[in-house]
Amino acid sequence: MLWVTCPRCGHRPIDEFKFGGEIPDVPASITDDAARDLDRVWMFNNVDGVTTERWFHEGGCRRWMTLKRDTHLDRVIED
Amino acid sequence: MNEFVETLLDLHWHEPKSSYDVVIVGGGGHGLATAYYLATRHGITNVAVVEANYIGSGNSGRNTTIIRANYGIPESIRFYQHSMDLYKTLEDDTGCWIMHNTKGLIWLAHTESAMRSERARCQLNTAMGTETIMVDPAEIKQLCPQIDLTGSGRYPVLGASHHVGASTARHDRVVWAYAQGAMRLGVHVLQNTPVTGLLMDGDRVTGVKTATGNISAGVVMSAVGGDVTQFAAHAGVRLPIRTHPLQAFVTNGYAQGFGPIISDTELLSYVSQTARGQMLIGAEYDRQQSFSRQSSFDFLQSCATKVSYLLPFLKNLRIMRQWTGRCDVSSDFSPVMGFTPAPGFVITTGWGTWGFKAIPAGGEAMAELIATDTTPEIIEPFSLNRFATDHSMADQGSTGTR
Repeated sequence: MLWVTCPRCGHRPIDEFKFGGEIPDVPASITDDAARDLDRVWMFNNVDGVTTERWFHEGGCRRWMTLKRDTHLDRVIED
Repeated sequence: MNEFVETLLDLHWHEPKSSYDVVIVGGGGHGLATAYYLATRHGITNVAVVEANYIGSGNSGRNTTIIRANYGIPESIRFYQHSMDLYKTLEDDTGCWIMHNTKGLIWLAHTESAMRSERARCQLNTAMGTETIMVDPAEIKQLCPQIDLTGSGRYPVLGASHHVGASTARHDRVVWAYAQGAMRLGVHVLQNTPVTGLLMDGDRVTGVKTATGNISAGVVMSAVGGDVTQFAAHAGVRLPIRTHPLQAFVTNGYAQGFGPIISDTELLSYVSQTARGQMLIGAEYDRQQSFSRQSSFDFLQSCATKVSYLLPFLKNLRIMRQWTGRCDVSSDFSPVMGFTPAPGFVITTGWGTWGFKAIPAGGEAMAELIATDTTPEIIEPFSLNRFATDHSMADQGSTGTR
């Protein structure tokens, strides 16, 4: 099982957390404002590797946190 | 050796040519079905299907083989109902036995709000010509004698919608039926040929780069599963896709027989019996995005617990095998089919947890799109530009995911 270090609650099993998705990051190559909005709302970078995500500690402090995870291996990266 | 394998022996595997009219990347059900319908319906046989591994090695060989059309929006019901109709005649059309078996799907409801959703589903399905009817607990017990209607005291069953025409088919036989049908008409199927990039002429896609050389093409179609975001990026196409792992498992044989498919949107799991007698059990995809195909004990534990509430006999079975596929889940939980902003590059993706049932209709429509260079009406609602025009096909409630 994956374990996540919550800044408030410490080392906890991933079952307590809710996945909040990747942090939207619109590529700089898209310059048109409307196209940037569209990309931000609907599209995903869906990175196969290290990515930065939001997680919600539903079964703990009930607060949001930011986490780095390697999606290729599904491992949490601790700083 | 059985009769099915014998029919495959006279297939000719080809060396790649340097150029084709159409190159389809991804030798799963959707890619091969498109090639089959290009050859049979439109006479386009100068086609290559390029597969990184062996055909059907991705999600086409990992799904839970359920074919149904009880969706919650008219566009989806029409599309999947058409796919069910094509599945019914696929054995006659291709001459291959795909073990198609109509079982009926019982979609259980445990709360009044779920009952309301199921009643609405029945009404909409009926209006669209798909047979889905409400059944009460006594009728459910008749259809599935093994069920515990109290849900082991925790999930009492109030009723269910019964999707009468739902069926299953042997998934790798479907893949082989299409591969065989296409190859007999001259389509090249290139296995163990990973595509490493796309040949571009400005914005236009003109072919694919493979480990064994470049192949130019009039049209390149992506039927890639799992790595589609990375593949489309070669053409500069952004996709509304997240990749999540989806796990499933089978038990040892259950000799008494289990007729229907039982599905539960509240517990998010589904149970059916394979032709070998094994109980096939699946659930929602893993909550976090991942490209890992690692199976987990946590999933096994939670899923086995949930299905045992409803079907207590499962507690006495052993788990034989567990596996994981990568699901390309789209933003609105409906597929993405059609043209992309890059000329010469068409795509069929976003098949999430609902791709197997759509293989015939998806392949047929994509073949028509490539042959006529216009989007067929049946898949017009599922085009990539629906997000820009604010016509999302939101229907998560019918996909069995949360």
